[in-house]
Amino acid sequence: MATPRIIVVGGGLAGLAAVIKIAEAGGTVDLFSIVPVKRSHSVCAQGGINAAKNLKGEGDTTDKHFDDTIYGGDFLANQPPVKAMCEAAPAIIDLLDRMGVPFNRTPEGLLDFRRFGGTLYNRTAFAGATTGQQLLYALDEQVRRYESEGKVKKYEGWEFLSAVLDSKGAARGITALDLRAMELRSFPADAIIIATGGAGAIFGKSTNSVICTGSAQSALFQQGAYYANGEFIQVHPTCIPGEDKLRLMSESARGEGGRVWVPRTPGDPRPVKQIPASERFYFLEEWYPKYGNLVPRDVATRAIHKVVYQLGLGLDGQPMVYLDLTHIDRATLNRKLEGILEIYEKFVGVDPRDEPMKIFPGVHYTMGGLWVDVNQMTNIPGLFAAGECEYQYHGANRLGANSLLSCIFGGFVSGPNALRYAKGLEGPEGDGGHAAELARQAEINSKLLNNVGTENPFKLWRELGQTMTEHVTVIRFNKGLKEADEKVIELIERYKNVNLSDRSQWANTSFAFARQLKNMLELSRVIAQGALLRDESRGAHYKPDFPNRNDEKFLKTTKASFTGAVAGPRFEYEEVDTQFIKPRPRNYDAAK
Amino acid sequence: MADKKVTLEIKRQASPDDPAVWETFELDWRPGMNVITAIMDIAANPVTADGHPTTPVTYDCNCLEEICGSCAMRINGKARMACSALLDNLDQPIRLEPLSKFPLVRDLQVDRSVLFENLKAVKAWIPIDGTYDLGSGPRVFPQQQEVNYPLSNCISCTCCMEVCPQFNIDTGFVGAATIAQVKLFNNHPTGSVLKEERLRALAGDGGIQECGFAQNCVEVCPKQIPLTSAISDVSRDVILQKAKDFLRS
Repeated sequence: MATPRIIVVGGGLAGLAAVIKIAEAGGTVDLFSIVPVKRSHSVCAQGGINAAKNLKGEGDTTDKHFDDTIYGGDFLANQPPVKAMCEAAPAIIDLLDRMGVPFNRTPEGLLDFRRFGGTLYNRTAFAGATTGQQLLYALDEQVRRYESEGKVKKYEGWEFLSAVLDSKGAARGITALDLRAMELRSFPADAIIIATGGAGAIFGKSTNSVICTGSAQSALFQQGAYYANGEFIQVHPTCIPGEDKLRLMSESARGEGGRVWVPRTPGDPRPVKQIPASERFYFLEEWYPKYGNLVPRDVATRAIHKVVYQLGLGLDGQPMVYLDLTHIDRATLNRKLEGILEIYEKFVGVDPRDEPMKIFPGVHYTMGGLWVDVNQMTNIPGLFAAGECEYQYHGANRLGANSLLSCIFGGFVSGPNALRYAKGLEGPEGDGGHAAELARQAEINSKLLNNVGTENPFKLWRELGQTMTEHVTVIRFNKGLKEADEKVIELIERYKNVNLSDRSQWANTSFAFARQLKNMLELSRVIAQGALLRDESRGAHYKPDFPNRNDEKFLKTTKASFTGAVAGPRFEYEEVDTQFIKPRPRNYDAAK
Repeated sequence: MADKKVTLEIKRQASPDDPAVWETFELDWRPGMNVITAIMDIAANPVTADGHPTTPVTYDCNCLEEICGSCAMRINGKARMACSALLDNLDQPIRLEPLSKFPLVRDLQVDRSVLFENLKAVKAWIPIDGTYDLGSGPRVFPQQQEVNYPLSNCISCTCCMEVCPQFNIDTGFVGAATIAQVKLFNNHPTGSVLKEERLRALAGDGGIQECGFAQNCVEVCPKQIPLTSAISDVSRDVILQKAKDFLRS
């Protein structure tokens, strides 16, 4: 048969990793991305990538990495794929090194490693504090090489709208929108890999990039794909609050010795540097003596919330605490953290080498995502998913520096599996569903473009973000979760009355955004209702009314499917594969 | 403070074939606003200062923390990233225009794909044997990493090309960003295997000799990449390569 044709949607680390594997194996790829792939959200990752290379003589092993990851995720992840990822990690670092990633080095010229949250080992390879950028560029360069050889065709500036499904429900291609000419087209493929990242935009302001709306995942969910563990959303403890977004202040700041504190006296009037050590409350170090400032993110985030909202110790009464690097010498800071210190300096106007940073938690990572099997295939045959848009590596909470790893590993697994699937595929009946799907999309587009109403889509989105952030992030109550779901139902209703201020057919950003918004609204219900149904506390999901983990009832993967009914998604639960490590209580007060 | 306003003047153009017009917007000021926040506020209420309904502004942006390279535009006449342009540091009215050296798409959005084509032309990649497990990469000492890392920070924003007097259709000059990438990949032990090809790609028309050493590039670079020293280093290598090729022929 002819060379299989694979479509990859998304040009971040996971998508590019998949593309490279397929092109290397002789396949051809059509690569779709909203932005030029070099501008994908992976560039924002800062601190590093984990691999138990054990180059510091600490006796680190891939088994320990595996255990830290499962324990950090509060035992919700299926264990076999996580084990495989941790075992593959050292070779992935070697490969990235060979691709020219300018990792930081030891004096002997070897890779340097630093500490990160949720582990006691120096396991994190890093390139300054812009590791994601450097990794993305390395893969982007390899893909550009394949592009120049004709093995990859890029469709940059195209937005994925839906999968094309044949009469048996298998994926046979996609429909996509050219964001300049506003042209709708369908593209045939034998297999499709979705690598479209997280869904932070559902919460309005987050650390995510503007394109991280979850729109593609939601569209597929509405076409019949399962969405798993949607209720698990990571709130990163250290972000710079902003008007347009929350800018991440990497965990590597704490990995390099940064300390989190507040003055013991609320509203202490002294200049920050004149507050003596005895009157500073280093609450993470006091409460978690073994891991200190490097407890996992969910633990640190709840601690900051407690200090601010329960103890009333936020800086000047504001929801902020100090992240302090001023005890570390400037040369070390510049060598290891310059990228993030520059961000703080540019956006806040204060040099964090001189003054402690003021930070607060912000929505950061989507642990849940499209349900996939061990081959990264969703329940829709021929439709694969990799990276943050799928659910399988991080359980109830992701450890820092495991995201870059899971993206590359997931891409590397999905690429060859998609190719294998495509090679065994028989031709579709008729046109494989292309004409019908194109017609369905054309109708949605024409209806939206001609809709006469009064609701501004950007304002609806702000309301969605406010309600989701208030009720569905750090602390969750069933009453609030119900309120959030009702609000989303209201917004879905008001969306019918949406009014585009722009009806043109050229580079119409309002139109593209309004389509994303509808998908965000549908996915919000998966998140809010999934949280409502899970009456326990596990990882990032915390309910004061149900403060303990309940393995008997909830050591299960949540699987949501779309119904189209007002009641919302249908939920079912799947056993978690815990064949290697027996679940045990998760407690960071002491060593494991 | 509640009624403090900010005024923006934005150059609008519905498509490459439409005429450009200026629109003025008056927005409510909030602390910490940047240019992106202002454009987002306009999208939520697309009405000009004199009360005329208009369309949300089309522009490129993504990460909003000056690492993706998307949101380059001319702000009060200067090429820079919109996300890191804080309104309190700008003279009002704040004038927003698209970059002028690239084909216009709409409003503040331009087509900068020429840079990615240039990177292809100079083979800006490491030619690895494959992605299977071949052990660790070559040793790199910290001193060398500290030279390469800043070059690898280029976010492809094209500000250096916008401000370069030599970057235009007549010269076909590749621009500083691409030249710095040539230095980066030639510096790498494995990447250097393609060094001669890269230098030859910069030897002809539109190559490195088009540079007029105006040094605007290094001043405008938001990542403080040592562009002029990269240009001098690569320029010297190109001359040596030309001499070698001449003697060989």
